[in-house]
Amino acid sequence: MADAAVQDRILLPSEPKASLLKSRGMVGFLFMLPALAFLLIFLTYPLGLGVWLGFTDTRIGRDGIWIGLENYQLLWEDSLFWLSVFNTLLYTITASILKFALGLWLALILNEHLPFKSFFRAVLLLPWVVPTVLSAIAFWWIYDSQFSVISWGLIELGIIDTPINFLGDMENARASVIAANVWRGIPFVAITLLAGLQTISPSLHEAATLDGATGWQRFRHITLPMLSPLIAVVMTFSVLFTFTDFQLIYVLTRGGPLNATHLMATLSFQRAIPGGQLGEGAAIAVAMIPFLLAAILFSYFGLQRRKWQQGGAD
Amino acid sequence: MDVVTNAVPRGTAAPDESVGMSYLDRLPRRVVVVYLPLAVFTFVLLFPFYWMTVTALKPNHEMTDFNNYSPFWPSSPTLQHIYYLLFETSYPGWLWNTMLVALGSTILSLAASVFAAYAIERVRFAGSRWTGLAIFLAYLVPPSILFIPLAVMTFKFGIYDSKLALIFTYPTFLIPFCTWLLMGYFRSIPYELEECALVDGASRWQILTKIMLPLSVPGLISAGIFAFTLSWNEFIYALTFIQSSENKTVPVGVLTELVRGDVYEWGALMAGALLGSLPVVLLYSFFVDYYVASMTGAVKE
Repeated sequence: MADAAVQDRILLPSEPKASLLKSRGMVGFLFMLPALAFLLIFLTYPLGLGVWLGFTDTRIGRDGIWIGLENYQLLWEDSLFWLSVFNTLLYTITASILKFALGLWLALILNEHLPFKSFFRAVLLLPWVVPTVLSAIAFWWIYDSQFSVISWGLIELGIIDTPINFLGDMENARASVIAANVWRGIPFVAITLLAGLQTISPSLHEAATLDGATGWQRFRHITLPMLSPLIAVVMTFSVLFTFTDFQLIYVLTRGGPLNATHLMATLSFQRAIPGGQLGEGAAIAVAMIPFLLAAILFSYFGLQRRKWQQGGAD
Repeated sequence: MDVVTNAVPRGTAAPDESVGMSYLDRLPRRVVVVYLPLAVFTFVLLFPFYWMTVTALKPNHEMTDFNNYSPFWPSSPTLQHIYYLLFETSYPGWLWNTMLVALGSTILSLAASVFAAYAIERVRFAGSRWTGLAIFLAYLVPPSILFIPLAVMTFKFGIYDSKLALIFTYPTFLIPFCTWLLMGYFRSIPYELEECALVDGASRWQILTKIMLPLSVPGLISAGIFAFTLSWNEFIYALTFIQSSENKTVPVGVLTELVRGDVYEWGALMAGALLGSLPVVLLYSFFVDYYVASMTGAVKE
């Protein structure tokens, strides 16, 4: 974002034309009005309303009164809330690392000279295009405790004797939802990183090869540094969307077994909508904000540092 | 597969001479390093779709009987699940709702975003930089922290449990996305074109409709199909704001109405998932390049 702004200042030397554009501020305001009105009413206001609701005891069908930090005090002593925080962190960190590693690997493969390359690229993006809920339903069937095709395959191969209880066992359920999330996330990471890889000039690799660099050295010292600003952005998106994931868990486990897969988002939904405790649900949602801010700031400063290392602006 | 197994022993010897550029690699090494992993990735990423399709076409007795029937192929394919879905459930209505909601919110968001992106990128009013940054941050606000206050609001506005609730709330994530994308697109259009028109006395409105919009049709298509897909796939708002069966969207309807008690009708569920994915997959297959452009464009700025 910052570099876009810097670019603009350089690319637009046409400030003298300013006199031609009468009341630039008014024109700009009028053009911004529809989007601004929408975002203020349906984004900024609800964000504030959510914070306020977190300080009230609002229930479905009854306006709440201000109760200060009571919701947060309750959450602080609520072991289920802390379990959901732990689950969310585990889910986000494991899934993000896997998505990044596998996505980068797939991007590197797709960057090779391949027959039917554009076909592969198009087809491999499908998991990301299809509605999450609908592909999660397919996983639900694949993870069935009796008729799972994975269990069947492993039994046929003689690796296991009894079907795997994918979603009924705490550890298995965690691994299963992470696997489904990674399945959906790999294409996004791979295709966006592939776009970045294609901008790296092959002459850099050729020069390094002539100097005797090995494949790993070229990857470590050319590909990775050139790609790192893009990696930071892609992974920020990935982390944010994984952290706030709701759909996959809601379809596959609804937080079970024994709340082992309850994420903050699903707990917030469960307390607020079926449970009717809108205030408490909102408090859980608000508790997610510091984590999100931390992720954004972390990647923002990570990005800045890399740019400085490369001799970019600042 | 035998090509692969042959290649393994030779491939393990190959890394010694792996210094050259990738096109200089010998075939066995490429099989191990490129084609084999690619095959595994393709298999894993596409298998759920295959499994979905096969299950949707199997009659009920074949579905759970892997011993007498091959699990990977329906021995007597049937359309009974699709028939059941289309004629005995509210599924066609859900499809129609999803279509209306996705089209409505996409058109609304595109219109608002075109003006906003033009204002931020070209009118360059005081504070336009900060507005651009705010738009980007707005895109990072996840629906999971907005659905509770939005549910309260839709209820107060009296649009709870109607399609309008979704058409008005989806732009919260569509407008920031489309605006950000179109800003990048407008930036790539030469400034000189606009200056000429300004000198000739064209108004801002004329410049936008006569010059910028015709030139940015690819950008509009990218933003449009991406916004359509995002609204088609949306779940948490649709789950929270819609109660009555006749107003549900496909993802919510399939999950809440086709799952009854303990008896899961897997055939119908899979058929529902398949049919529900079809519109976005078709749209995607016609506009792959636009789609990829919008996805990477949103990230690359």
